[in-house]
Amino acid sequence: MNLFLVLEQTLNGLQLGVMLFLMAAGLTLVFGIMNLVNLAHGSFYMVGAYLATYFYQATGSYLLGVLLALAGTLVVGVAVELVALRTLYDRGHLDQVLATFGLILFFNELAAILWGRAAIYTTLPDYLTGHVELFAGLRYPLYRLVIIAVGLAVAGLLWFVVARTRLGMLIRAGASNRAMVAALGVNVRLLYTLVFGFGAALAGLAGLMSGPIHVVQPGMGELILIEVLVVIVIGGIGSIRGALAGALIVGMADTLGRAFVRPMLATVLSPSAADAAGPALASMLIYLLMAIVLALKPQGLFPARA
Amino acid sequence: MKHKTLGTGAIVLAAALLAAGPALAQQKVKIGFITTLSGPQGVVGEYMRNSVELALDHLGRKMAGLDVEVIYGDDQVKADVGKQVADEMLKKHQVDFVAGIIWSNVMLAVAPTVTDAGKFMIGTNAGPHELAGKMCNELFFTTSWQNDDTPEAMGKVMQDQGITDVYVMAPNYAAGKDMVNGFKRSYKGRIVDEVYTRLGQTDYQAELSQLRSKNPKAVFVFYPGGMGISFLRQYSEAGLRGQFPLYSVYTVDEISIPAIKHAALGQYETRYWSPDLKNPANQKYVSDYRRKFGKMPVFYGAQSYDGILLIDSAVRAVKGNLADKKGMIAAMRKADFASTRGKFSYNTNHFPIQNFYLLKTVTGPAGQDPVMEIQKTVFTNHRDSYAKECPMK
Repeated sequence: MNLFLVLEQTLNGLQLGVMLFLMAAGLTLVFGIMNLVNLAHGSFYMVGAYLATYFYQATGSYLLGVLLALAGTLVVGVAVELVALRTLYDRGHLDQVLATFGLILFFNELAAILWGRAAIYTTLPDYLTGHVELFAGLRYPLYRLVIIAVGLAVAGLLWFVVARTRLGMLIRAGASNRAMVAALGVNVRLLYTLVFGFGAALAGLAGLMSGPIHVVQPGMGELILIEVLVVIVIGGIGSIRGALAGALIVGMADTLGRAFVRPMLATVLSPSAADAAGPALASMLIYLLMAIVLALKPQGLFPARA
Repeated sequence: MKHKTLGTGAIVLAAALLAAGPALAQQKVKIGFITTLSGPQGVVGEYMRNSVELALDHLGRKMAGLDVEVIYGDDQVKADVGKQVADEMLKKHQVDFVAGIIWSNVMLAVAPTVTDAGKFMIGTNAGPHELAGKMCNELFFTTSWQNDDTPEAMGKVMQDQGITDVYVMAPNYAAGKDMVNGFKRSYKGRIVDEVYTRLGQTDYQAELSQLRSKNPKAVFVFYPGGMGISFLRQYSEAGLRGQFPLYSVYTVDEISIPAIKHAALGQYETRYWSPDLKNPANQKYVSDYRRKFGKMPVFYGAQSYDGILLIDSAVRAVKGNLADKKGMIAAMRKADFASTRGKFSYNTNHFPIQNFYLLKTVTGPAGQDPVMEIQKTVFTNHRDSYAKECPMK
């Protein structure tokens, strides 16, 4: 285990972490403010990936494709909120789970009808491919560095919006006491629609960034959704700060676990025992972490409501 | 929760269900075809169903003068659902044959259900070693291969080329371990490391960083379906393509090539079939498939096409007398039909004795996707390693 490898794996963990954060930010706000369990959040991830691929091919410009896809996912998110989810705020969580699971099926089939069940071809412009020599001997894919930069920039922007603007104040107030915000004359419905739309756009951003390196096909959003749910449970539901901390913790734990658990076990166990236990333990690591956090701090690390 | 595929799938299914009314005036050949038609893996089932339909077209939708009816079922990649669908086909639809099945775990649940009911099970993909060995059955035939065959062929290729220091990667589940075991049966050189990743994992950057730090001479992987697409993209993106030659089984195929295009170029695979295999049956299958469905067919489809032709050969041999099970078993054992793989024979365990080839992904015709081409024959008339455990003679 050399220092460069540890550094490289740390970058990998950071990259996975910011991706999870983009997904978790929207989901945790929706959960915290509207008290809505939205399983269809992964569908916006898929919508973002498909729209970006479509618009990039249609316009020939990657950046234009990204902007159109973000706007498109925002519109889809607002439409879903207005048409389907408005009616669910007063219902129980189980009703919400059932309804948003239905939305997952709807979006997956819609994608299959429009683009087919097979994974579609996605690519990057030339200026985003290739790798960067960070130090002598440490080559890192340029695109992954861009993902880290975009993720951190969005995290900074979100912090600014939530902590320093009037809208952010309403969001924070909504997360701690919804009834009081409504009683003060704030248009809670509009606030809900806005938050939901921007949450969807953030998921779309994560999806469109993951498209060129993962698989763009119906059902792609459900694969990442489980990890995102772990993130918001660890971070504390409704808290942006918690989402960031949770995402980075999960990203790091998962990556470093996959890379180093087996070699470390091999130093104490027999090689064959390490071979059997290593991959199993590495894939359980984030769930173990979640269980520990739930046992010690049931509200998560950074609960929204103190 | 069960949901039906929309579009043509639902129409075909609805038509099949309507046609299966209680009082059937004339005798028919009824085939239940089980595959995966929903979810991300539903794309594989689509190629299989298309190939079944193409085979029926080629047969004029009749076998020995009898009308043929195919009832499609969706296993949702779940063994319990597959078994329920098979039960429904046997009891409600009274099928004579059950065919299909992509996944080994589903096959292990469905095959005994069907053969215990005294009906034929014609596998068109999964080849778990249990069914080739101790659990072999006279009513079970497959038109595909035994799971270990293909990685054995790749192991031989790498062994013959004198490659050493191989880094091995596969998903952490039963078939992943089978593939690596098959590989190690014929590859005797040094293995740098054996890494098992989570089933369904989409990001391999952490594993690729580890791989680079070990500096192997070559890499062998098994990443079927969407895992293969992610893996190959990231392997290329990390700049490993030029650094460590990559050999794989069931990772690159005609389903994944349209999604990865140039990232698949130069990739080696072993397989029993390829679209460019030169025989009249295959050329007809490939050209008609492309004409009817507008895509290159894939080996899953070729096997399914063969499965229908195998059933046809048996029904013809007994002149449509479907009660003559002995006659149909004897006919199937001859493998007397125009297979897309060319002439082959059946081993005593009803698995094919067939050739395996080394394939390479090369640039396709101008403006089209890359294609897979046969480089050489690796095994001639290869027998699987489990037939000796099967009591049938």
